Amino acid sequence: MDRPLTGDLRSDGGVLDLAAYEKVGGYEALHKVVREMTPADVLKEVTDSRLRGRGGAGFPTGQKWSFVPMGDDAPKPKFLIANADEMEPGTFKDRMILEGNPHLLIEGMILSAYTIQATNGYIFLRWAYKVAAERITRALAEAYDKGYLGKNILGSDYSFELHLHTSAGRYMCGEETGLLNALEGKRANPRAKPPFPQVSGLWGKPTIVQNVETLCNVPPILRHGAQWYLGLSRSEDGGTKIYGVSGKVRRPGAWEMPLGTTMREILERRARGMREGHSFRGVLPGGASTDFLVEAHLDTKMDYGSVQAAGSRLGTGLMIVLDDKTSVVGMVLNLERFFAQESCGWCTPCRDGLPWTARILQGLLEGRGRPGDLERLEMQTRMMGPGNTFCALAPGAMEPLQSALKYFREDFEKLIPKSDAA
Amino acid sequence: MATIYVDDRPYEVDPGKNLLEECLSRGLDLPYFCWHPALGSVGACRQCAVKQYRDENDQRGRIVMACMTPAMDGARISIRDKDAAQFRAGIIELLMSNHPHDCPVCDEGGECHLQDMTVMTGHNYRGYRFGKRTFRNQELGPFINHEMNRCITCYRCVRFYRDYADGKDLDAFASHNHVYFGRHEDGVLENEFSGNLVEVCPTGVFTDKTLKGHYTRKWDLQTAPSVCAHCSLGCNTIAGERYGQLRRILNRYNAEVNGYFLCDRGRFGYDFVNGDRRLRQPLLRGQPTGAPEALRRAAALLGRQSRIIGIGSPRASLEANFALRTLVGPRNFFSGMAAGEDHLVARMLRALRGARVRTPSLHEVESADAVFILGEDVTQTAPRLALAVRQAVKQAPRTEAMRLRIPRWDDAALREVMQQQKGPLYIATSGATKLDEVATASCRGAPDDVARLGFAVARALDDSAPEVAGLADGDRALAEAIAGALRAAERPVVISGSGSGGEAVIDAAAQVARALGRERTADLCFTAPECNSFGLGLLDAMNTSEAFQRVADGLVDAVVVLENDLYRRAPGAVVDAMLESAQVIAIDHSAHKTVEGAAVALPAGSFAETEGTLVSNEGRAQRFFQVFVPEGEVKPGWSWLMELAQAAGRNELATLASPDDLLAALARAVPVFAPLPEHLPTAAFRVNGEKVPRQSPRASGRTAVQADVTVHEPKPPADPDSPLAFSMEGYPQQPPSALITRFWAPGWNSVQSLNKFQSEVGGALTGGDPGVRLLEPGANGYAAYSEEIPVPFERRDGEFLVVPLYHIYGSEESSAAAPAVAERCPEPYAALNLEDARTLEVEEGALVEIEFDRALYRLPARLSAGMASGVIGVPMGIAVQGVDVPAWSPCRKV
Repeated sequence: MDRPLTGDLRSDGGVLDLAAYEKVGGYEALHKVVREMTPADVLKEVTDSRLRGRGGAGFPTGQKWSFVPMGDDAPKPKFLIANADEMEPGTFKDRMILEGNPHLLIEGMILSAYTIQATNGYIFLRWAYKVAAERITRALAEAYDKGYLGKNILGSDYSFELHLHTSAGRYMCGEETGLLNALEGKRANPRAKPPFPQVSGLWGKPTIVQNVETLCNVPPILRHGAQWYLGLSRSEDGGTKIYGVSGKVRRPGAWEMPLGTTMREILERRARGMREGHSFRGVLPGGASTDFLVEAHLDTKMDYGSVQAAGSRLGTGLMIVLDDKTSVVGMVLNLERFFAQESCGWCTPCRDGLPWTARILQGLLEGRGRPGDLERLEMQTRMMGPGNTFCALAPGAMEPLQSALKYFREDFEKLIPKSDAA
Repeated sequence: MATIYVDDRPYEVDPGKNLLEECLSRGLDLPYFCWHPALGSVGACRQCAVKQYRDENDQRGRIVMACMTPAMDGARISIRDKDAAQFRAGIIELLMSNHPHDCPVCDEGGECHLQDMTVMTGHNYRGYRFGKRTFRNQELGPFINHEMNRCITCYRCVRFYRDYADGKDLDAFASHNHVYFGRHEDGVLENEFSGNLVEVCPTGVFTDKTLKGHYTRKWDLQTAPSVCAHCSLGCNTIAGERYGQLRRILNRYNAEVNGYFLCDRGRFGYDFVNGDRRLRQPLLRGQPTGAPEALRRAAALLGRQSRIIGIGSPRASLEANFALRTLVGPRNFFSGMAAGEDHLVARMLRALRGARVRTPSLHEVESADAVFILGEDVTQTAPRLALAVRQAVKQAPRTEAMRLRIPRWDDAALREVMQQQKGPLYIATSGATKLDEVATASCRGAPDDVARLGFAVARALDDSAPEVAGLADGDRALAEAIAGALRAAERPVVISGSGSGGEAVIDAAAQVARALGRERTADLCFTAPECNSFGLGLLDAMNTSEAFQRVADGLVDAVVVLENDLYRRAPGAVVDAMLESAQVIAIDHSAHKTVEGAAVALPAGSFAETEGTLVSNEGRAQRFFQVFVPEGEVKPGWSWLMELAQAAGRNELATLASPDDLLAALARAVPVFAPLPEHLPTAAFRVNGEKVPRQSPRASGRTAVQADVTVHEPKPPADPDSPLAFSMEGYPQQPPSALITRFWAPGWNSVQSLNKFQSEVGGALTGGDPGVRLLEPGANGYAAYSEEIPVPFERRDGEFLVVPLYHIYGSEESSAAAPAVAERCPEPYAALNLEDARTLEVEEGALVEIEFDRALYRLPARLSAGMASGVIGVPMGIAVQGVDVPAWSPCRKV
């Protein structure tokens, strides 16, 4: 029971149906909660478990829920939304659960919704996850049939309607307020904060948006208790984490491990080290929008505090490995092109700065680099620094670039022709 | 108040505002794009970045967006900080990465906010060396030109068009640096306020297509403060001329009246001034002649022995009307309004001069938190008022949203909370109105039923108001709901007007306001038929029907008709008869049937070629000024009257030589006008001994207008009648608010320079907004409840009640002669309820025949679910004119 999120997944890639899920203890937490626990009790348990958001920002989950107005005077309806719009390059952790064990997410959502007394919920799913869409749809029907969803769940006076929404597909939809706009049928632009969604979210009503992995931690926490959950971790924060590795390693993939496992352990034990003829140069530890770390950082624990101390972010926990045969500039260009394409176009530095950044990088690779290009790239990283843009997309996009310029500067410099005058 | 420190200097500020507003209000220059004082902050462009410090010891600070940061007490910011300055220059450089740099061929050039801001940030060397994106432009109709490549993606257009004006057919499409602002496909921009895009857009994406037709640069225009003559609201405008042609209308900010926005009729209706229907020389029975001959012939008709009467006009100035009244004598002066119109105006004025009610400004309507509209389709008769109502319905939800401690300026945040919620708006009319889409409830009925609902609301508000007999349960419940909403509101407004033609409707609106005003004076807003209807109403003259009667009685030898087409006031046969039995001298700016049938016609100046005073629906008297000296024999109406009097050897006008003289005499003769001479700027007014120039200063780059002929500049014409000069010379700085000829400040060449003319951004103009209110609640005035409640409307067999409908484009006389507006005029029609159409076996477009007010009309049927049952709507000024409606008519399928 040290892998509460993925321990029950079938090895053949198939899905756990309701019966199979119940057999491994599924919906036990729900039975227990509606019988014995008040929303405040659940909130305390989740807070004590030190569960933090698994989508990238790592906000403490219990604290986030505590901002939702409660009581009879609270605005209604309230909403709970699962952010299943996983579409950052190199990120493929939620997919495992969505395809393999949708009931875990559904139970997690019912329990979370109960805590904030939300009556309506949405699973906001990336359009390309077609297998997941099919399996979630079936699971929802099973849950409704069994009385886990709908009116008066398990005979209690709590009711919760849960819907699947397949997104039209933009990276911005993964940003929680962009997601809300998209769900309302508007452009997936980020919203101004405050007000935060907990107070004014979907349709202006209190809303919690939570990453899939985060929600899936809730049933085991409530089944086994916060202390058990804390014990799973090798870090100050509770639980396990689905880590993953992509790049030129022997065995790319994703694995659930204790929070706080070191990078080296994940890379060497799970990904089995670099492929033949390739050597390690660096890694984006938390996905495409985190800073590069290098060899010297490999013993860093993959938890929120440690990765930050090393100069990057835990992000999604899915590492992208850079090897010595791959062009750093090419890799950064690939990422910046993605971010430029996915900018919603709302604020200037992101909308006009990212395409410019991508074009400079492309110019370098095509032999059209010019003196001053690196300074211009550095200027872009400053223009798109945190606080200078409307949301976190552009600052995130700058993280691989600014750290590449720091650790691999010579790779960039050698693409700039010496000026004639020099 | 709070104190903030900007670059270590303390400033007293309002903590309810944001840093950008406060910096601009204190006269500091800070560049911006997406923020607009009427639209609030959204934080998109990132242009107004400043450095903010935690306290005086904080040396590092952090960059914040001034528009998104409250001006909190003790806030310390720096505009000059090097990081912030570099960031702002960097933002401009980013914005410019796709901008075509086509200023020399761009209509916006020289009054472009993007140019100004670029210069302000100091960015000048372009670092972007890659290709630019290009867009396909759209054909957006006769008003607006589209050039998307210039777009810097500030989102102001859609925020104005969609969020503020509730338009639907303009949106942001695509994403990243391909965001496209346009329609889903080519086509006419449908919203009635599309023209504001010209001023809202910070660069040349949306420009004035009518200006493009006779383009000139801002600095080559001769401009003067004007007042829109195309409805009764009195929106303030700036009219610009070059080479004897009126080139465009811009908004002239007046915080109490139009604020930042005009309707499209007001903005694009000006072109009639240049039109081929203009009368540019005198006519004798329709034949052109010279002024001396015309005056000689006219004088002969106005001899001492001659029995003459004067018919004035609700679209002419107080000065011109008063000159006519003085010439013919008060007992021979008629207002120029038809009998029905005259009665409606009189009723409205009686209510507004009574106790308990007050006429609100447009700004006050905007701030209302509950609105009840009776009988008036303000979207078509007074469009700017409809825009104000659209803001009013956002008040209640905004107040609610602000409880989350979101500041008023934080538009993006407020909208997220407010979503689609609307405050109380109730509408009762005979036909559907475009405001129905934002109304809490709207109901349809014949004018009498609309009035009955109003009386029922009054009764629900106050038991001592008379009861409405025979009220249906549904209507009673609706009346209770409306009364409840009005009572619960802090600033309720009742709106009605002359549009329904029903006197009972006006009485009912007044009744509601009186009932509401028992404890606290209630706001009652009436719209009048024309730009000076209230001015003429206050002159208290007889109406046109009475003039016709006097002529028919053989008591008149000659009639002087001032700026009035009588065929729009009475049935054709009646006017024909009058033109036959009396000698008519018509003075007007355009040719029409009255001018053509007159013995003598004299060419008068349009609003742009004269000056004068109009009284708006608010009861606000406002002065408009001459923009240019017309060519040929065109003269102001009052000037012709003075010449006529002199030529005829009459001395009535002998002591009056100017508009100022006329206004002073009017103030003495009619007490309600007494405040005018004191409050309106007279010709003798000078700033530092200088006049206010209508042209931009020499240093502006104003070209030598006649350079191709001679480099010597002609002597500018004198202007003895106003404090303005037809010249580049004069007081070079900001004049008093009523005399603002253009918005310009050093470094601010676009309309955004308005910030520099306001006491605080978005507030009153420095020195107060122009105009003088003539109607204030009368403490002892009329306030009794009306007992004249109409009986319920009953359908008649074989007959329908013809009710007036209005169109923003087409119903108003002069704007309909502007080609761009004419393009938007609908074809004549008769509107019928679907069920009535079925009964008559009429299909959409089939001809129906109606006969009323002594005339027969054949009109294509327009089937409308929004029409009340038993009534037929006819568009005024389009299908019919000069008719007295509502009127019963048979209706047959042809």
